[in-house]
Amino acid sequence: MQRLMELKEEMGATVKDFILREFLPGEAPENLTDDIPLISGGILDSIATLKLVMFVEERYGITLEAHEVDREHLDTVHDIVELLASKK
Amino acid sequence: MSTTRPLHHAFMEAAAAHPDRTAVVEPGQASVTYAQLEQLSDRLSDRLAAMGVQRGDRVGIYLRKSIDAVAAIYGILKAGATYVPVDPGAPPARNAYIMANCAVRTVLVEARVADKFRAELQALGADVPLLVQDGTGGGEPLAALLDALDAQVPAPIANHPLPGADELAYILYTSGSTGKPKGVMLSHENAVSFVDWCSETFQPTPEDRFSSHAPFHFDLSILDIHVALKHGAALVLIGEEAGKDPQNLARLIAEEQISIWYSAPSILALLAQFGKLARANYPHLRSVLFAGEVFAVKHLRTLCELLPDPRYYNLYGPTETNVCTYYEVLPPVPAERSTPYPIGKVCSHLEGRVVDEHGVDVARGAEGELCITGRGVMQGYWAMPEQTARGFYTGADGRRWYRTGDIVVEAEDGNFTYRGRRDRMVKRRGYRVELGEIEAGLYRHPQIEEAAVVAVADEEAGVKITAFLSCKQERPLSLIELKRFCAENLPLYMIPDRFAWQTGLPKTSTDKIDYQRLKEMA
Repeated sequence: MQRLMELKEEMGATVKDFILREFLPGEAPENLTDDIPLISGGILDSIATLKLVMFVEERYGITLEAHEVDREHLDTVHDIVELLASKK
Repeated sequence: MSTTRPLHHAFMEAAAAHPDRTAVVEPGQASVTYAQLEQLSDRLSDRLAAMGVQRGDRVGIYLRKSIDAVAAIYGILKAGATYVPVDPGAPPARNAYIMANCAVRTVLVEARVADKFRAELQALGADVPLLVQDGTGGGEPLAALLDALDAQVPAPIANHPLPGADELAYILYTSGSTGKPKGVMLSHENAVSFVDWCSETFQPTPEDRFSSHAPFHFDLSILDIHVALKHGAALVLIGEEAGKDPQNLARLIAEEQISIWYSAPSILALLAQFGKLARANYPHLRSVLFAGEVFAVKHLRTLCELLPDPRYYNLYGPTETNVCTYYEVLPPVPAERSTPYPIGKVCSHLEGRVVDEHGVDVARGAEGELCITGRGVMQGYWAMPEQTARGFYTGADGRRWYRTGDIVVEAEDGNFTYRGRRDRMVKRRGYRVELGEIEAGLYRHPQIEEAAVVAVADEEAGVKITAFLSCKQERPLSLIELKRFCAENLPLYMIPDRFAWQTGLPKTSTDKIDYQRLKEMA
């Protein structure tokens, strides 16, 4: 249990770091919270979403299914981490 | 010139010649033969006639892309009426505006949006009887609706009125600079002359399987639907969700044995980058057509490397003319090339000329606005005589030329190259975007003092949109706040790529925002 929590924390930090670096240059890190809508909030467009997917697939050695690459599964950092953790 | 047959006659002949061939496919869900599609569209046409729909009336289609929607198109045309397809994902208020604007006699609509839509129509004072079907898929919900209506009062078999060549086949609404959509009116002759040009150029056969990637309210769908079904070929419908997912699309092209693909370049760029195309083989794919925006050379090169066998065609043209120039790209794309390919030469059913701001022809090699005349050019904008008048000019030869608004240069070999817009419209992911509409959206934020949006060409993305802003307070909004505000006030495809805060925007000597300066800064 402890290990899963740590894993999720690390994943959350990694995903946020990537989004800030790639798509939100200059944004204060504390503004990117776990529950901000990323896709419906206009922060990730379709190409940005695919770039994020490629990054996490490579980083964690997992594969997201085509039907998982959508707003329902990836709209917040929290959703993304849950999806990633379910694959580890 | 009015020897043109109505648009749907080619489909009816194909249905007579190939009744048992597959006409339309919903991948993994359903398919119909030509005979079945013929029968379902006949039934709808009889029902429309029984409701009093007459030659020249408009009938709306507010359905997801489906066999039902294709049957609706032919049912409406057979009734002698004009079809008006709208984006089923757009807000009901927008679709109600469109339907009220062109005074439709009735609308085929799905139950899930019917109540909201009806309320929006009533708010506009439009009393339109609706044909409400329960969902879409395989043509069954449409058939069930017709069964239910027949059970009340059967619709007698009606004669198909024969619309004239200059009567309207369909109206496609596009983004207008005022923020209200405008209806581009296309006649049977406009449509058929384009479809016939496609036949001549791409030589379809009954063995072909066409992709239908674009939504039906986009003009790309005219080629998909009416060229495929003229030739006894199969039309493979790709829904909106599936259409955005590159890996899924790659699999679909292979599994459905697509032979002629047509879409905006942006989705082909996604396929090249993220589709994992190397995983499958595509032996049936013989032509890849793209239109709607500039294809970034970098991604076109990748695509041609991954798929070296098909022929590639860059098609160009606004909804008002449909495709008016075309250029065949011959792979491989040289490694050193970074300038986009030409838009090519004028299609055989049209004529083009390049003029300066006074309407005088420019010398070959000089920049000017591309103007088009001929059988494919629209009849005008629905109920907008002033906008229509502004869209055309009458040449010294007395003919009416449509002004595309696109600045081009003609090369020595007769091919045109696209240079940019005369006005403030850009194409992004196949959508028309008016930069003024983005500014209007940004100004709705109470803290934004000034907003100016510019677009510059970009090798990677085709076009990059930058919003320059100044604000009323010390601390500017954060990027996240800005993007979320945009997402609530603008369609997602209009959200700028970059935001730049300035302490006051640069001005010209007459105190107007200096867009030239901003373009240099972007």
